[in-house]
Amino acid sequence: MSETKKVLLGPIFSNNPIALQILGICSALAVTSNLKTTVTMCIALTLVTACSSFFISCVRNHIPSSIRIIVQMTIIASLVIVVDQFLKAYAFQTSKQLSVFVGLIITNCIVMGRAEAYAMKNGPVMSFMDGIGNGLGYSAMLLSLGVIRELLGSGKLFGVTILETIADGGWYMPNGLMLLPPSAFFLIGLIIWGLRAVKKEQVEQDEYKIAPNTTGGSAHSHGQ
Amino acid sequence: MHKDSVQRTLLVAFLLCVVCSIVVATAAVSLAPVQQANQLLDKRKNILVAAGLAKPADLTAEKVDELFQNIELKGVELATGEYVDIDPDYSIQEAAKDPELSHKLSAEEDQADIRRQPNVMPVYLAKTEDGQIDKIILPVHGYGLWSTLYGFLALEADANTVAGLGFYSHAETPGLGGEVDNPKWKAQWPGKEVYKDGEPIVELVKGGVSEQTPNADYKVDALSGATLTSRGVTNLLQFWLGEDGYGPYLKKFRQES
Repeated sequence: MSETKKVLLGPIFSNNPIALQILGICSALAVTSNLKTTVTMCIALTLVTACSSFFISCVRNHIPSSIRIIVQMTIIASLVIVVDQFLKAYAFQTSKQLSVFVGLIITNCIVMGRAEAYAMKNGPVMSFMDGIGNGLGYSAMLLSLGVIRELLGSGKLFGVTILETIADGGWYMPNGLMLLPPSAFFLIGLIIWGLRAVKKEQVEQDEYKIAPNTTGGSAHSHGQ
Repeated sequence: MHKDSVQRTLLVAFLLCVVCSIVVATAAVSLAPVQQANQLLDKRKNILVAAGLAKPADLTAEKVDELFQNIELKGVELATGEYVDIDPDYSIQEAAKDPELSHKLSAEEDQADIRRQPNVMPVYLAKTEDGQIDKIILPVHGYGLWSTLYGFLALEADANTVAGLGFYSHAETPGLGGEVDNPKWKAQWPGKEVYKDGEPIVELVKGGVSEQTPNADYKVDALSGATLTSRGVTNLLQFWLGEDGYGPYLKKFRQES
Protein backbone atom coordinates (compact mmCIF):
# COMPACT_ATOMS: atom_id res chain seq x y z
CA MET A 1 0.00 0.00 0.00
CA SER A 2 2.89 2.36 0.65
CA GLU A 3 3.64 2.42 -3.08
CA THR A 4 0.07 3.51 -3.82
CA LYS A 5 0.34 6.21 -1.18
CA LYS A 6 3.59 7.44 -2.61
CA VAL A 7 2.17 7.54 -6.13
CA LEU A 8 -1.01 9.25 -4.94
CA LEU A 9 0.37 11.82 -2.50
CA GLY A 10 3.95 12.28 -3.68
CA PRO A 11 3.05 14.74 -6.48
CA ILE A 12 1.30 17.12 -4.07
CA PHE A 13 4.36 18.44 -2.22
CA SER A 14 7.53 16.51 -2.89
CA ASN A 15 7.16 16.11 -6.66
CA ASN A 16 4.63 18.75 -7.65
CA PRO A 17 4.16 18.86 -11.43
CA ILE A 18 3.96 22.66 -11.47
CA ALA A 19 6.36 23.62 -8.67
CA LEU A 20 9.10 21.07 -9.30
CA GLN A 21 8.70 19.92 -12.87
CA ILE A 22 7.42 23.33 -14.05
CA LEU A 23 4.78 21.73 -16.29
CA GLY A 24 1.28 22.96 -17.05
CA ILE A 25 2.04 26.63 -16.32
CA CYS A 26 -0.10 27.92 -19.20
CA SER A 27 -3.44 26.89 -17.78
CA ALA A 28 -2.29 27.76 -14.25
CA LEU A 29 -2.09 31.41 -15.38
CA ALA A 30 -5.22 31.40 -17.43
CA VAL A 31 -7.95 29.86 -15.31
CA THR A 32 -7.08 30.87 -11.74
CA SER A 33 -8.60 34.37 -11.56
CA ASN A 34 -11.63 32.91 -9.81
CA LEU A 35 -12.17 29.70 -7.89
CA LYS A 36 -15.16 28.39 -9.79
CA THR A 37 -13.28 27.98 -13.07
CA THR A 38 -10.22 26.80 -11.14
CA VAL A 39 -12.10 23.94 -9.49
CA THR A 40 -13.73 22.89 -12.76
CA MET A 41 -10.38 22.90 -14.50
CA CYS A 42 -8.78 20.87 -11.68
CA ILE A 43 -11.50 18.22 -11.84
CA ALA A 44 -11.31 18.08 -15.64
CA LEU A 45 -7.54 17.74 -15.68
CA THR A 46 -7.43 15.15 -12.89
CA LEU A 47 -10.06 13.02 -14.64
CA VAL A 48 -8.34 13.26 -18.00
CA THR A 49 -4.89 12.45 -16.56
CA ALA A 50 -6.20 9.48 -14.56
CA CYS A 51 -8.38 8.01 -17.34
CA SER A 52 -5.83 8.53 -20.10
CA SER A 53 -3.12 6.92 -17.97
CA PHE A 54 -5.47 4.03 -17.27
CA PHE A 55 -6.39 3.37 -20.90
CA ILE A 56 -2.86 3.88 -22.17
CA SER A 57 -1.58 1.45 -19.56
CA CYS A 58 -4.24 -1.11 -20.55
CA VAL A 59 -3.01 -1.16 -24.15
CA ARG A 60 0.66 -0.41 -23.43
CA ASN A 61 1.84 -3.87 -24.50
CA HIS A 62 0.11 -3.55 -27.87
CA ILE A 63 1.26 -0.05 -28.81
CA PRO A 64 3.93 -0.17 -31.54
CA SER A 65 6.78 2.07 -30.42
CA SER A 66 6.90 3.95 -33.73
CA ILE A 67 3.44 5.45 -33.21
CA ARG A 68 3.28 5.48 -29.42
CA ILE A 69 3.14 9.26 -28.98
CA ILE A 70 0.34 9.65 -31.49
CA VAL A 71 -1.59 6.79 -29.90
CA GLN A 72 -1.28 8.53 -26.52
CA MET A 73 -2.35 11.82 -28.05
CA THR A 74 -5.40 10.26 -29.68
CA ILE A 75 -6.55 8.72 -26.42
CA ILE A 76 -5.96 11.94 -24.49
CA ALA A 77 -7.66 14.07 -27.14
CA SER A 78 -10.73 11.83 -27.21
CA LEU A 79 -11.09 12.04 -23.44
CA VAL A 80 -10.68 15.81 -23.46
CA ILE A 81 -13.38 16.19 -26.11
CA VAL A 82 -15.74 14.04 -24.06
CA VAL A 83 -15.05 16.14 -20.94
CA ASP A 84 -15.55 19.34 -22.94
CA GLN A 85 -18.89 18.10 -24.30
CA PHE A 86 -20.06 17.23 -20.79
CA LEU A 87 -19.09 20.66 -19.48
CA LYS A 88 -20.93 22.37 -22.33
CA ALA A 89 -24.02 20.34 -21.51
CA TYR A 90 -24.03 20.48 -17.72
CA ALA A 91 -21.85 23.44 -16.67
CA PHE A 92 -22.44 25.88 -19.51
CA GLN A 93 -21.46 29.12 -17.75
CA THR A 94 -18.22 27.68 -16.40
CA SER A 95 -17.36 26.11 -19.74
CA LYS A 96 -17.85 29.50 -21.38
CA GLN A 97 -15.33 31.05 -19.00
CA LEU A 98 -12.87 28.20 -19.46
CA SER A 99 -13.28 28.58 -23.24
CA VAL A 100 -10.28 27.10 -25.04
CA PHE A 101 -8.48 25.96 -21.93
CA VAL A 102 -10.43 22.73 -21.62
CA GLY A 103 -9.45 21.87 -25.18
CA LEU A 104 -5.87 22.78 -24.37
CA ILE A 105 -5.70 20.03 -21.73
CA ILE A 106 -4.76 17.92 -24.76
CA THR A 107 -1.43 19.70 -24.95
CA ASN A 108 -0.98 19.95 -21.18
CA CYS A 109 2.48 18.57 -20.52
CA ILE A 110 1.36 16.88 -17.30
CA VAL A 111 -1.06 14.52 -19.06
CA MET A 112 1.38 13.63 -21.80
CA GLY A 113 4.28 13.44 -19.36
CA ARG A 114 2.52 10.95 -17.08
CA ALA A 115 1.41 8.81 -20.02
CA GLU A 116 4.93 8.59 -21.40
CA ALA A 117 6.82 8.40 -18.10
CA TYR A 118 4.54 6.20 -16.00
CA ALA A 119 1.59 4.60 -17.79
CA MET A 120 3.75 3.06 -20.53
CA LYS A 121 5.70 1.09 -17.89
CA ASN A 122 3.17 0.33 -15.14
CA GLY A 123 -0.13 -1.50 -14.65
CA PRO A 124 -3.53 0.14 -15.21
CA VAL A 125 -4.52 0.54 -11.55
CA MET A 126 -1.23 2.12 -10.50
CA SER A 127 -1.29 4.32 -13.61
CA PHE A 128 -4.77 5.49 -12.71
CA MET A 129 -3.56 6.33 -9.18
CA ASP A 130 -0.55 8.13 -10.61
CA GLY A 131 -2.88 10.19 -12.80
CA ILE A 132 -5.06 11.08 -9.82
CA GLY A 133 -1.96 11.94 -7.78
CA ASN A 134 -0.56 14.27 -10.41
CA GLY A 135 -3.99 15.77 -10.93
CA LEU A 136 -4.08 16.48 -7.19
CA GLY A 137 -0.62 18.04 -7.33
CA TYR A 138 -1.81 20.32 -10.16
CA SER A 139 -5.03 21.05 -8.27
CA ALA A 140 -3.19 21.92 -5.04
CA MET A 141 -1.18 24.54 -6.90
CA LEU A 142 -4.13 25.91 -8.88
CA LEU A 143 -6.36 26.14 -5.83
CA SER A 144 -3.68 28.06 -3.90
CA LEU A 145 -3.40 30.48 -6.82
CA GLY A 146 -7.17 30.70 -7.17
CA VAL A 147 -7.71 31.51 -3.48
CA ILE A 148 -5.05 34.23 -3.44
CA ARG A 149 -6.07 35.75 -6.78
CA GLU A 150 -9.81 35.83 -6.22
CA LEU A 151 -9.51 37.03 -2.62
CA LEU A 152 -7.06 39.86 -3.34
CA GLY A 153 -8.34 40.60 -6.84
CA SER A 154 -12.05 40.84 -6.19
CA GLY A 155 -12.43 40.32 -2.42
CA LYS A 156 -14.42 37.16 -2.94
CA LEU A 157 -14.12 33.38 -2.66
CA PHE A 158 -16.34 31.29 -4.95
CA GLY A 159 -18.19 34.52 -5.75
CA VAL A 160 -19.09 35.09 -2.07
CA THR A 161 -17.92 38.45 -0.75
CA ILE A 162 -15.25 38.10 1.96
CA LEU A 163 -13.63 41.54 1.78
CA GLU A 164 -16.21 44.22 0.99
CA THR A 165 -14.78 46.28 -1.89
CA ILE A 166 -14.91 50.08 -2.05
CA ALA A 167 -17.01 49.88 -5.20
CA ASP A 168 -19.68 48.04 -3.23
CA GLY A 169 -19.46 50.43 -0.27
CA GLY A 170 -16.88 48.54 1.81
CA TRP A 171 -13.26 49.25 2.73
CA TYR A 172 -11.21 46.93 0.52
CA MET A 173 -9.39 48.33 -2.51
CA PRO A 174 -9.06 45.33 -4.82
CA ASN A 175 -5.70 44.66 -6.46
CA GLY A 176 -6.49 44.61 -10.17
CA LEU A 177 -3.14 43.01 -11.01
CA MET A 178 -4.32 39.82 -9.30
CA LEU A 179 -7.02 39.40 -11.95
CA LEU A 180 -4.47 39.54 -14.76
CA PRO A 181 -2.48 36.45 -15.83
CA PRO A 182 1.01 37.80 -14.92
CA SER A 183 0.12 37.81 -11.21
CA ALA A 184 -0.01 34.00 -11.32
CA PHE A 185 3.59 34.04 -12.54
CA PHE A 186 4.71 36.04 -9.50
CA LEU A 187 2.69 33.84 -7.17
CA ILE A 188 4.01 30.59 -8.66
CA GLY A 189 7.53 31.99 -8.28
CA LEU A 190 6.91 32.85 -4.62
CA ILE A 191 5.35 29.45 -3.92
CA ILE A 192 8.30 27.64 -5.53
CA TRP A 193 10.66 29.77 -3.43
CA GLY A 194 8.74 28.93 -0.26
CA LEU A 195 8.55 25.24 -1.10
CA ARG A 196 12.27 25.00 -1.81
CA ALA A 197 13.14 26.91 1.37
CA VAL A 198 11.39 24.15 3.34
CA LYS A 199 12.31 21.19 1.14
CA LYS A 200 15.98 21.83 0.43
CA GLU A 201 16.32 18.72 -1.74
CA GLN A 202 14.20 20.40 -4.42
CA VAL A 203 16.81 23.10 -4.99
CA GLU A 204 18.45 22.46 -8.34
CA GLN A 205 22.23 22.34 -8.79
CA ASP A 206 23.61 25.33 -10.68
CA GLU A 207 24.24 24.41 -14.29
CA TYR A 208 26.99 27.01 -14.40
CA LYS A 209 28.49 29.53 -12.02
CA ILE A 210 28.58 33.23 -12.79
CA ALA A 211 32.24 34.25 -12.86
CA PRO A 212 33.29 36.81 -10.23
CA ASN A 213 33.58 40.36 -11.47
CA THR A 214 37.23 40.92 -12.41
CA THR A 215 37.19 44.63 -13.30
CA GLY A 216 37.51 45.85 -9.76
CA GLY A 217 33.85 45.81 -8.82
CA SER A 218 33.46 49.60 -8.94
CA ALA A 219 30.69 49.62 -11.54
CA HIS A 220 27.84 48.97 -9.14
CA SER A 221 28.98 51.22 -6.33
CA HIS A 222 29.12 54.30 -8.54
CA GLY A 223 25.87 53.71 -10.31
CA GLN A 224 24.10 56.84 -11.63
CA MET B 1 2.57 -10.76 -36.01
CA HIS B 2 5.44 -8.90 -34.41
CA LYS B 3 4.49 -5.91 -32.27
CA ASP B 4 6.47 -3.39 -34.32
CA SER B 5 5.68 -4.79 -37.77
CA VAL B 6 4.07 -2.52 -40.35
CA GLN B 7 0.80 -4.52 -40.46
CA ARG B 8 0.51 -4.48 -36.70
CA THR B 9 1.18 -0.73 -36.57
CA LEU B 10 -1.53 -0.06 -39.14
CA LEU B 11 -3.95 -2.37 -37.37
CA VAL B 12 -3.43 -0.71 -33.99
CA ALA B 13 -3.77 2.75 -35.52
CA PHE B 14 -6.98 1.75 -37.32
CA LEU B 15 -8.61 0.12 -34.29
CA LEU B 16 -7.67 3.05 -32.06
CA CYS B 17 -9.21 5.53 -34.50
CA VAL B 18 -12.44 3.53 -34.74
CA VAL B 19 -12.83 3.18 -30.97
CA CYS B 20 -11.97 6.83 -30.26
CA SER B 21 -14.25 8.19 -32.96
CA ILE B 22 -17.16 6.11 -31.66
CA VAL B 23 -16.59 7.43 -28.14
CA VAL B 24 -16.30 11.06 -29.27
CA ALA B 25 -19.23 10.86 -31.67
CA THR B 26 -21.48 9.24 -29.06
CA ALA B 27 -20.71 11.95 -26.53
CA ALA B 28 -21.18 14.76 -29.05
CA VAL B 29 -24.43 13.48 -30.52
CA SER B 30 -26.08 12.43 -27.27
CA LEU B 31 -25.27 15.70 -25.52
CA ALA B 32 -26.10 18.01 -28.44
CA PRO B 33 -29.76 18.72 -27.48
CA VAL B 34 -28.78 19.77 -23.94
CA GLN B 35 -25.99 21.97 -25.29
CA GLN B 36 -28.23 23.69 -27.80
CA ALA B 37 -30.82 24.35 -25.12
CA ASN B 38 -28.05 25.90 -23.01
CA GLN B 39 -26.91 28.17 -25.81
CA LEU B 40 -30.43 29.40 -26.54
CA LEU B 41 -31.06 29.98 -22.84
CA ASP B 42 -27.81 31.89 -22.53
CA LYS B 43 -28.65 34.15 -25.47
CA ARG B 44 -32.11 34.82 -24.12
CA LYS B 45 -30.75 35.60 -20.67
CA ASN B 46 -28.37 38.13 -22.21
CA ILE B 47 -31.23 39.82 -24.02
CA LEU B 48 -33.39 40.02 -20.90
CA VAL B 49 -30.60 41.26 -18.66
CA ALA B 50 -29.32 43.81 -21.17
CA ALA B 51 -32.82 45.10 -21.73
CA GLY B 52 -33.28 45.52 -18.00
CA LEU B 53 -36.29 43.19 -18.00
CA ALA B 54 -34.79 40.92 -15.34
CA LYS B 55 -31.83 40.54 -13.00
CA PRO B 56 -29.35 37.73 -13.70
CA ALA B 57 -29.79 36.24 -10.21
CA ASP B 58 -33.48 35.43 -10.53
CA LEU B 59 -33.43 34.10 -14.09
CA THR B 60 -34.29 30.42 -14.07
CA ALA B 61 -34.96 28.52 -17.28
CA GLU B 62 -38.74 28.65 -16.66
CA LYS B 63 -38.66 32.37 -15.95
CA VAL B 64 -36.76 33.02 -19.19
CA ASP B 65 -39.29 31.01 -21.19
CA GLU B 66 -42.13 32.85 -19.52
CA LEU B 67 -40.67 36.29 -20.27
CA PHE B 68 -39.89 35.29 -23.83
CA GLN B 69 -43.53 34.54 -24.51
CA ASN B 70 -43.93 38.31 -24.91
CA ILE B 71 -40.83 38.93 -26.98
CA GLU B 72 -40.97 38.81 -30.73
CA LEU B 73 -37.95 38.38 -33.01
CA LYS B 74 -37.95 40.45 -36.22
CA GLY B 75 -35.38 40.94 -38.94
CA VAL B 76 -34.63 44.49 -40.01
CA GLU B 77 -32.98 45.43 -43.29
CA LEU B 78 -30.72 48.24 -42.14
CA ALA B 79 -30.56 50.20 -45.39
CA THR B 80 -34.34 50.59 -45.70
CA GLY B 81 -35.47 50.04 -42.12
CA GLU B 82 -38.07 47.52 -43.34
CA TYR B 83 -38.94 44.31 -41.55
CA VAL B 84 -37.78 41.16 -43.35
CA ASP B 85 -38.02 37.45 -42.59
CA ILE B 86 -35.31 36.11 -40.33
CA ASP B 87 -34.16 32.66 -39.28
CA PRO B 88 -34.39 32.20 -35.48
CA ASP B 89 -30.81 30.86 -35.56
CA TYR B 90 -29.47 33.89 -37.44
CA SER B 91 -26.03 34.80 -36.13
CA ILE B 92 -24.64 38.32 -36.46
CA GLN B 93 -21.08 37.00 -36.30
CA GLU B 94 -21.67 34.46 -39.08
CA ALA B 95 -23.51 36.99 -41.25
CA ALA B 96 -20.69 39.51 -40.90
CA LYS B 97 -18.28 36.97 -42.40
CA ASP B 98 -20.51 36.11 -45.37
CA PRO B 99 -20.03 38.46 -48.36
CA GLU B 100 -23.62 37.80 -49.50
CA LEU B 101 -25.13 38.77 -46.17
CA SER B 102 -22.94 41.70 -45.22
CA HIS B 103 -21.13 44.68 -46.69
CA LYS B 104 -17.76 46.25 -46.08
CA LEU B 105 -17.69 49.57 -44.28
CA SER B 106 -15.40 52.33 -45.51
CA ALA B 107 -13.00 53.81 -42.94
CA GLU B 108 -15.23 56.88 -42.74
CA GLU B 109 -18.43 54.92 -42.09
CA ASP B 110 -16.82 52.44 -39.75
CA GLN B 111 -17.15 54.43 -36.55
CA ALA B 112 -17.55 51.32 -34.41
CA ASP B 113 -14.50 49.65 -35.99
CA ILE B 114 -16.30 46.47 -37.05
CA ARG B 115 -15.10 46.35 -40.69
CA ARG B 116 -18.08 44.40 -42.04
CA GLN B 117 -21.71 44.97 -41.18
CA PRO B 118 -24.57 42.50 -41.71
CA ASN B 119 -27.28 43.75 -44.10
CA VAL B 120 -30.00 42.40 -41.85
CA MET B 121 -30.00 42.64 -38.06
CA PRO B 122 -32.31 40.86 -35.63
CA VAL B 123 -34.33 43.08 -33.30
CA TYR B 124 -36.45 41.94 -30.38
CA LEU B 125 -39.75 43.59 -29.63
CA ALA B 126 -40.85 43.18 -26.02
CA LYS B 127 -44.63 43.52 -25.75
CA THR B 128 -47.01 44.15 -22.92
CA GLU B 129 -49.79 41.70 -22.04
CA ASP B 130 -52.19 43.37 -24.50
CA GLY B 131 -49.76 43.22 -27.42
CA GLN B 132 -48.49 46.83 -27.38
CA ILE B 133 -44.79 47.24 -28.10
CA ASP B 134 -43.12 48.12 -24.82
CA LYS B 135 -39.41 47.96 -25.60
CA ILE B 136 -37.22 47.64 -28.68
CA ILE B 137 -34.10 45.57 -28.03
CA LEU B 138 -31.29 46.17 -30.52
CA PRO B 139 -28.11 44.11 -30.77
CA VAL B 140 -25.05 46.39 -30.94
CA HIS B 141 -21.34 45.74 -31.22
CA GLY B 142 -18.12 47.62 -31.68
CA TYR B 143 -14.45 47.68 -30.80
CA GLY B 144 -13.23 48.85 -27.39
CA LEU B 145 -9.59 48.62 -26.40
CA TRP B 146 -8.77 44.92 -26.76
CA SER B 147 -11.89 43.32 -28.09
CA THR B 148 -15.19 43.69 -29.85
CA LEU B 149 -17.93 44.32 -27.31
CA TYR B 150 -21.22 42.57 -28.09
CA GLY B 151 -24.33 43.72 -26.31
CA PHE B 152 -27.91 44.86 -26.44
CA LEU B 153 -29.40 48.34 -26.24
CA ALA B 154 -33.01 48.46 -25.13
CA LEU B 155 -35.12 51.51 -26.02
CA GLU B 156 -38.56 52.42 -24.77
CA ALA B 157 -41.47 52.49 -27.22
CA ASP B 158 -40.69 56.13 -28.12
CA ALA B 159 -37.51 54.79 -29.82
CA ASN B 160 -35.52 57.47 -28.03
CA THR B 161 -35.38 56.77 -24.28
CA VAL B 162 -32.90 54.14 -23.10
CA ALA B 163 -34.34 51.26 -21.09
CA GLY B 164 -31.03 49.50 -20.61
CA LEU B 165 -27.62 48.75 -22.07
CA GLY B 166 -25.53 45.67 -21.41
CA PHE B 167 -22.71 43.68 -22.97
CA TYR B 168 -22.58 39.90 -22.95
CA SER B 169 -19.22 39.31 -24.60
CA HIS B 170 -16.01 41.32 -24.42
CA ALA B 171 -12.39 40.99 -23.29
CA GLU B 172 -11.71 44.44 -21.85
CA THR B 173 -9.27 44.88 -18.92
CA PRO B 174 -10.78 43.48 -15.72
CA GLY B 175 -11.35 46.27 -13.20
CA LEU B 176 -11.03 49.07 -15.80
CA GLY B 177 -12.79 48.62 -19.16
CA GLY B 178 -14.29 45.41 -17.78
CA GLU B 179 -16.41 47.63 -15.53
CA VAL B 180 -18.89 47.96 -18.41
CA ASP B 181 -20.46 44.98 -16.63
CA ASN B 182 -20.69 46.82 -13.31
CA PRO B 183 -24.38 47.06 -12.34
CA LYS B 184 -23.78 50.50 -10.80
CA TRP B 185 -22.45 51.86 -14.06
CA LYS B 186 -25.24 50.23 -16.04
CA ALA B 187 -27.82 51.74 -13.68
CA GLN B 188 -27.03 55.19 -15.15
CA TRP B 189 -28.49 54.25 -18.52
CA PRO B 190 -32.24 53.88 -18.05
CA GLY B 191 -33.97 57.18 -18.74
CA LYS B 192 -31.20 58.66 -20.89
CA GLU B 193 -32.12 59.87 -24.36
CA VAL B 194 -30.26 59.12 -27.57
CA TYR B 195 -31.54 61.44 -30.33
CA LYS B 196 -31.50 65.21 -30.32
CA ASP B 197 -33.01 66.77 -33.46
CA GLY B 198 -32.62 63.40 -35.17
CA GLU B 199 -28.89 63.12 -34.42
CA PRO B 200 -27.67 60.35 -32.11
CA ILE B 201 -25.61 62.44 -29.69
CA VAL B 202 -25.65 60.11 -26.70
CA GLU B 203 -22.12 59.83 -25.30
CA LEU B 204 -19.89 58.90 -22.38
CA VAL B 205 -18.19 61.89 -20.77
CA LYS B 206 -15.35 62.31 -18.30
CA GLY B 207 -15.87 63.86 -14.92
CA GLY B 208 -19.39 62.74 -14.22
CA VAL B 209 -22.80 64.06 -15.16
CA SER B 210 -24.86 66.33 -12.94
CA GLU B 211 -28.07 68.21 -13.53
CA GLN B 212 -26.08 71.33 -14.43
CA THR B 213 -24.27 69.55 -17.26
CA PRO B 214 -25.56 70.81 -20.62
CA ASN B 215 -27.50 68.06 -22.39
CA ALA B 216 -27.28 65.90 -19.27
CA ASP B 217 -30.02 63.63 -20.61
CA TYR B 218 -27.73 62.54 -23.41
CA LYS B 219 -24.61 61.97 -21.30
CA VAL B 220 -23.40 59.13 -19.13
CA ASP B 221 -20.37 59.10 -16.83
CA ALA B 222 -17.48 57.32 -18.55
CA LEU B 223 -15.58 54.39 -17.05
CA SER B 224 -12.69 55.47 -14.80
CA GLY B 225 -9.30 54.55 -16.18
CA ALA B 226 -10.79 53.18 -19.39
CA THR B 227 -10.73 56.02 -21.91
CA LEU B 228 -10.55 53.75 -24.93
CA THR B 229 -13.30 51.37 -23.82
CA SER B 230 -15.51 54.39 -23.02
CA ARG B 231 -14.77 55.89 -26.41
CA GLY B 232 -15.57 52.51 -27.98
CA VAL B 233 -18.96 52.41 -26.27
CA THR B 234 -19.77 55.97 -27.42
CA ASN B 235 -18.69 55.11 -30.96
CA LEU B 236 -20.65 51.91 -31.19
CA LEU B 237 -23.81 53.53 -29.85
CA GLN B 238 -23.57 56.50 -32.20
CA PHE B 239 -22.79 54.18 -35.10
CA TRP B 240 -25.66 51.76 -34.52
CA LEU B 241 -28.14 54.55 -33.83
CA GLY B 242 -26.95 56.53 -36.86
CA GLU B 243 -27.82 56.40 -40.55
CA ASP B 244 -25.69 53.30 -41.21
CA GLY B 245 -27.22 51.48 -38.25
CA TYR B 246 -30.77 51.38 -36.98
CA GLY B 247 -31.36 55.07 -37.77
CA PRO B 248 -33.73 54.50 -40.72
CA TYR B 249 -35.59 51.76 -38.88
CA LEU B 250 -36.09 53.77 -35.71
CA LYS B 251 -37.20 56.82 -37.72
CA LYS B 252 -39.82 54.73 -39.45
CA PHE B 253 -40.81 53.20 -36.13
CA ARG B 254 -41.43 56.63 -34.60
CA GLN B 255 -43.48 57.80 -37.57
CA GLU B 256 -45.70 54.74 -37.51
CA SER B 257 -46.41 54.73 -33.81
